[in-house]
Amino acid sequence: MAKEGLGFEITELRLGLPGGSMTEKNDKKRVFSEISEEDKSNGKSQVVGWPPVCSYRKKNSFGDKDGSKTSKFYVKVSMDGAPFLRKIDLALHKGYSDLATALEKLFGEALRDADSCEFVPIYEDKDGDWMLAGDVPWEMFMESCKRLRMMKKADVKGFGVLQPREALKGTMKE
Amino acid sequence: MFWGSRKTIDMNYFPDEVLEHVFDFITSHKDRNSVSLVCKSWYKIEKYSRQRVFLGNCYSISPERLIARFPGLKSLTLKGKPHFADFNLVPDDWGGFLYPWIKAMAKSRIGLEELRLKRMVVSDESLELLSESFPNFKSLVLVSCEGFTTDGLAAIAANCRFLRELDLQENEVEDHRGHWLSCFPESCTSLVSLNFACLKGEINLASLERLVARSPNLKSLRLNRAVPFDTLQRLLIRAPQLVDLGTGSYVHDPSSEAYNKLKAAIQNCNSIRSLSGFLEVAPCCMSAIYPICENLTFLNLSYAAGLQSNELTKLIHHCRKLQRLWILDCIGDKGLGVVASTCKELQELRVFPSDPFDAGNAAVTEEGLVLISAGCPKLNSLLYFCQQMTNAALITVAKNCTNFIRFRLCILDPIKPDPVTNQPLDEGFGAIVRSCKGLKRLSLSGLLTDQVFYYIGMYAKKLEMLSIAFAGNSDKGMLYVLNGCKKLRKLEIRDCPFGDTALLEDMGKYETMRSLWMSTCEVTLGACKVLAKKMPSLNVEIINGSEQTEFNLDDRQKVDKMYLYRTLVGHRKDAPEFVWLL
Repeated sequence: MAKEGLGFEITELRLGLPGGSMTEKNDKKRVFSEISEEDKSNGKSQVVGWPPVCSYRKKNSFGDKDGSKTSKFYVKVSMDGAPFLRKIDLALHKGYSDLATALEKLFGEALRDADSCEFVPIYEDKDGDWMLAGDVPWEMFMESCKRLRMMKKADVKGFGVLQPREALKGTMKE
Repeated sequence: MFWGSRKTIDMNYFPDEVLEHVFDFITSHKDRNSVSLVCKSWYKIEKYSRQRVFLGNCYSISPERLIARFPGLKSLTLKGKPHFADFNLVPDDWGGFLYPWIKAMAKSRIGLEELRLKRMVVSDESLELLSESFPNFKSLVLVSCEGFTTDGLAAIAANCRFLRELDLQENEVEDHRGHWLSCFPESCTSLVSLNFACLKGEINLASLERLVARSPNLKSLRLNRAVPFDTLQRLLIRAPQLVDLGTGSYVHDPSSEAYNKLKAAIQNCNSIRSLSGFLEVAPCCMSAIYPICENLTFLNLSYAAGLQSNELTKLIHHCRKLQRLWILDCIGDKGLGVVASTCKELQELRVFPSDPFDAGNAAVTEEGLVLISAGCPKLNSLLYFCQQMTNAALITVAKNCTNFIRFRLCILDPIKPDPVTNQPLDEGFGAIVRSCKGLKRLSLSGLLTDQVFYYIGMYAKKLEMLSIAFAGNSDKGMLYVLNGCKKLRKLEIRDCPFGDTALLEDMGKYETMRSLWMSTCEVTLGACKVLAKKMPSLNVEIINGSEQTEFNLDDRQKVDKMYLYRTLVGHRKDAPEFVWLL
């Protein structure tokens, strides 16, 4: 930050005749009232509204340099009978069996309590249709999955799922 | 006909329809305003034939009065919040609500066909009412608006049977994933322009493809991030007539079949003149678009954070006809040199910061700007975020480019002096205003004293909008501007030592302007009260932080934010608690 020439004179020790004056420079100190001391020292300006980049642009174009996409793959997971939904990052998993393990960990208790009830993993895709998990390659599944639901097998018949298949505990394909 | 000694034709002999036909050729708002002042009959004819109205400040008049004045209204442009709201200086809920306008126009059966809004709060309710009330509605353009969700868009899609244009630019839209796009009925085939780039959520891709397939007049299509590469390819096959394209996600394996298909599809799109998007981009795929680059007049890569300087310059090499370029500063000074030597037709350049909070890393300096000015003599509009600027560079730029209409310079460190001479940038900006006699808009930054305002007041005779931050030494600065800039319409000032004397010196001036914004200056509450009392034609608003509820501040207290504007209708009724209308 361009503070040279603004603040240093004040603290600088000088040898000279008493009464010698320093030229009055533009006192810009007041304009930094909104910047905290620590921000000044690490050279970053945290003044509100500066630089004047509109907030939409600020939210949508910066910090994307490493192109990381992990945040795009967080999906909600609900399980019939469990009181709370969970969120899971699909990008952290290599495939369906990996996902199965993770889901078991998340809902372990509820699964155990569900006394011999089997669960069917279904997901809502980009078109809003509920699909059975396991049919498409994992990468494609990651791209199109909006949310996951562990549905009780007993409830399947009444639901508009597109194809009947076996349940999670048995036969997830890679 | 024998008119005796008359040498001029008395136009009142013409029937109204003839006058109306003549007035049809007068399209500029200013001219139409003048026409209406000539005499009563002209006023009446103009009043009923006026179709397009522009309101730069939605609070300058009420919906009811507007409708009474122009009952034949078909196209309305409204702007709401002050410009500095873009930078979070205005709390949410300040105002700028669309609903009362829709309600009033619906009630009076206005035949609304076009609505263009900027910085307004648009609720789903207002969009729903809009879609149900105006059977001939054709065009909706929303810029920097907020308050609506995709449900509101669904209503527009479903109900506006003759919709031609739905253009959403940089709005904050809550995405309900409600398949709004699927709400366009099969019978809707009239779309000319569809821009949903700012939407964050998923899109029903199949619906999109069908919609594009049945829109033979579609000229402008801007996709959001959720539209993948292979969909883009299929869309281009269906719409080779596109003139303006904004890609969504542009990531694919360049050795794949889909990539080859896209290359082929793009080559067929030889009408594309405007290209934007690349919200997500794989640099290795950019060569597919080289064939259309040679005809581009507008290229917007300001959201393509995934492209580095060498990729950008490779692309620019193909764009010889470019007139407008929006780009990130990672292009660097050298990259701007490539622009300067390639884009000889360039009129508008915007260089945005890729990392706004790390001034030390900003990749462009005064060098890039000097190169551009030397290579692009037609340049008339500039927005330039940079690490530093020198007086010498600005003086050179002023010599090279005398046609600036808009000159907005933002040095990321707001009070940085000329790094070579350590001087303020007064002389540099002075050169710009002296040389560019047609300058209408100016934004300043860097270390600046009252001297720069002296120059502005002296030379910037056509200036209409001025933005000042962290500049000046005393009231003299502001006074130079208020006294000298006769055409000034909008003045916005933050963090400057301008106070009561400057504010109150020429109160009548504000009636000739649209608005004045002053925040973190030296203006006191007492002075604002004086101004409000003396000038009933102005609304003087004090905007506090939304948490503040004290009502008994001392008149000597400095005001944090003041916004004043001329109005025909006095205090607005929809101001929130934290806004005091004096």
